[in-house]
Amino acid sequence: MKPLRLMAVALAAVLAFAACGTKDDPAPQSGEKGVTGPVTVFAAASLTEAFTTIGADFEKAHPGTKVTFNFAGSSALATQINEGAPADVFASAAPKNMQTVTDAGNTKGGAKVFVKNQLVIAVAKGNPKGITGLADLAKPDVKVALCAEQVPCGAAAKKAIGDLKITPVTLEQDVKSALSKVKLGEVDAALVYRTDAKSSPDVDAVEFPESASAINEYPIAALKNGPNAAGAGAFVAYVLSEAGRAVLLKAGFQAP
Amino acid sequence: MGLLVPALAGLLFLVLPLVGLVVRAPWSTMPARLAEPAVLDALWLSVRTATMATAVCLVLGVPLAWLLARADFPGRRVVRALVTVPLVLPPVVGGVALLLVFGRRGLIGEWLDSAFGITLPFTTAGVVLAEAFVAMPFLVIAVEGALRGADTRYEEAAATLGAGRWTTFTRVTLPLVAPGVAAGGVLCWARALGEFGATITFAGNFPGRTQTMPLAVYLALETDVQAAIVLSLLLLAVSVTILAALRDKWVSG
Amino acid sequence: MSLDAHLVVSRAAFTLDVALRAEPGEVVALLGPNGAGKTTALRALAGLEPLSGGHVRLSGRDLTRVPPEKRGVGVVFQDYLLFSHLSALDNVAFGPRRRGRTRAEARGIAAAWLDRVGLAAFAERKPRKLSGGQQQRVALARALAVEPELLLLDEPLAALDARTRLDTRAELHEHLAKHTGATLLITHDPLDALMLADRLVIVEDGRIVQEGDAAEVTARPRTDYIARLVGLNLYRGRGDGRTVAVGDLVLHVADEVSGESYAAFPPSAVTLHPARPDGSARNAWPARVAGVQRHGDNLRVRLDGPVELAADVTPAAAAHLRLSPGQEVWAAVKAAQVRAYRY
Repeated sequence: MKPLRLMAVALAAVLAFAACGTKDDPAPQSGEKGVTGPVTVFAAASLTEAFTTIGADFEKAHPGTKVTFNFAGSSALATQINEGAPADVFASAAPKNMQTVTDAGNTKGGAKVFVKNQLVIAVAKGNPKGITGLADLAKPDVKVALCAEQVPCGAAAKKAIGDLKITPVTLEQDVKSALSKVKLGEVDAALVYRTDAKSSPDVDAVEFPESASAINEYPIAALKNGPNAAGAGAFVAYVLSEAGRAVLLKAGFQAP
Repeated sequence: MGLLVPALAGLLFLVLPLVGLVVRAPWSTMPARLAEPAVLDALWLSVRTATMATAVCLVLGVPLAWLLARADFPGRRVVRALVTVPLVLPPVVGGVALLLVFGRRGLIGEWLDSAFGITLPFTTAGVVLAEAFVAMPFLVIAVEGALRGADTRYEEAAATLGAGRWTTFTRVTLPLVAPGVAAGGVLCWARALGEFGATITFAGNFPGRTQTMPLAVYLALETDVQAAIVLSLLLLAVSVTILAALRDKWVSG
Repeated sequence: MSLDAHLVVSRAAFTLDVALRAEPGEVVALLGPNGAGKTTALRALAGLEPLSGGHVRLSGRDLTRVPPEKRGVGVVFQDYLLFSHLSALDNVAFGPRRRGRTRAEARGIAAAWLDRVGLAAFAERKPRKLSGGQQQRVALARALAVEPELLLLDEPLAALDARTRLDTRAELHEHLAKHTGATLLITHDPLDALMLADRLVIVEDGRIVQEGDAAEVTARPRTDYIARLVGLNLYRGRGDGRTVAVGDLVLHVADEVSGESYAAFPPSAVTLHPARPDGSARNAWPARVAGVQRHGDNLRVRLDGPVELAADVTPAAAAHLRLSPGQEVWAAVKAAQVRAYRY
């Protein structure tokens, strides 16, 4: 009996502690004008580098704020938000996932497209297979990784490829996985976003004209159920500002 | 009573997520969704690869368990710790590690490719390899435990009757630890069936060739949560049915 | 088919060092208390325990470095160690099969052996569906089915209840008598040893303390352990003519001895008295009752005093003396009943 009771107490303590972890943060007072306190941003994985920089800049511009990111696949983030995750801002890599959140009535003030991203062919450094365009990916000795159709980069790739007969060896679950297959040398080429190719020193990016038909738009929105409304508004504004855009363009995104 | 409360709490903790799946399942469209050939492809691939992976684990893992349980050699503790590495390694990392060894530019993969033209990534064999890598510790640990618990005097009795080491192992030791091997095999199979991270990293995702059920479930989640629930429930139903049938046949019998 | 072995096994806190011989057809019992090294000796003979020194020769063949599966030694283990996944028949057929017989031949041999031990009707049963006595017989058949030059039995009756033991002992005796090879029986039960063996080898603390046939060993025990086994009071002292001085007590004895000697007498030779007895007993001394136990129809009384002593008295005598622990009595033994022999 005794050790069990002890266990129960310990369990209760752990649960209480875990619960405190979220509650202990100083809660921002809604209605207060000053932008302060924690801002929780759910952002698409492809925004990782650029948003990390923007987050630091934002904190400098608004002393007293603390930006916390949750980077993941846009659809996973959309699901989490609709299931009640306490996020202040959602930046999606595809309008479709933003639409899901908007349809559920969870955005506030509508979503705005803040950047566009375009596909490139990622190849190993130095382009050993001499790939110059999409047609080269149809060659039998070229191993290609694409994203699965279910994720934005896969949908974009499908649109860009059109009727061309390209048989990939794998349909990756996200763009970073597709890119890492190129980095590891397991495939010769992958269709990834320009920003992803740019972020990796191990790969070269080959631009191809067909990608113009499959440009990916990134929408951002403040969220209704977020605990820090003022912070959310300020962060969205910052991303849309010149300072924010400069960071994004430097990372390889295009202005909308 | 003191044990009952946490026991029931533990049961609830394990069962409630399952209840969630069942409650949220789109029962009305279920038959149509299940009839899709892509679903059956993924299921069949999963069952096939998990079974092959279990076979690989049995062939390699049982002797390894024997070595750990019976042989006395320097560094045995280290070897045992190494065996459990796939248990603690995030499966995705396991997949990357497999790529570094068996990949096109891997330590062994490069040689396999140049010497025999064999490439494992993005093939069904690669799925089996990834699943076996992740599931093997379950088998080895179960069988090693059974071997340690087994009375070695039976092996001595066999020796006095003229049985050499190999005959003793196959005719006496293995039947003696058969329940442990069966339990380990079942665990191993179940783990292989649910394997996701190492598989998608090492073998990629291609329908009919490397897209197993967990991969299909993951990708379905990107677009259609209900489809993912259907696939999960199907995987669950098939695995529970097979495990229950095996259990009746081997473990208790 | 004779055994000639000198077994030396050294461990941290224990050394076994025994020389054993057994002729074809002879049954030798290795008798000793728990921890004496009997089982170690058996394992060494079977090749399951490496020797630190000495040798094992069977029919002139040197087996010292031969692994167990090539020794031609049959073993009946203490708890039989029947293979639970095999039927009785397949358990017995296991040995012949390993020694090159075909499956059919091996099963034929096994069937014949099961018939011999009276278990033909139980051939297809799994061991757990057999009684203890039946399991013992299957184990015996399994060991004999390989026609071993040396048969080793480790406490073959210890796991059986008293009733089964009696029948099984008699049957075992028959089978051992028919066995043409040498047999070594390990037991801590003197009755098993006396009834089954032609010769006793008594081991204590890793060493042989006495050897001989039943009559020799029971008549002239050489250690307390053996004396207790055969039910004698045994003392070591200094002989001088027809006396043996044990500490302060001088025992008058029946035999002429001198120097280091044993004096031995059965508990039934002791009589107990409330005061110093006048009768013909030459030996009498005061003692204190340490304990009283039932012993057959009589009571066995343990006594302290100048020497530790066991005395058997009738219930009537005990009642008359009102024996209880701590009570002071006089013990008496007639000189004619005290055997004395040289150390």
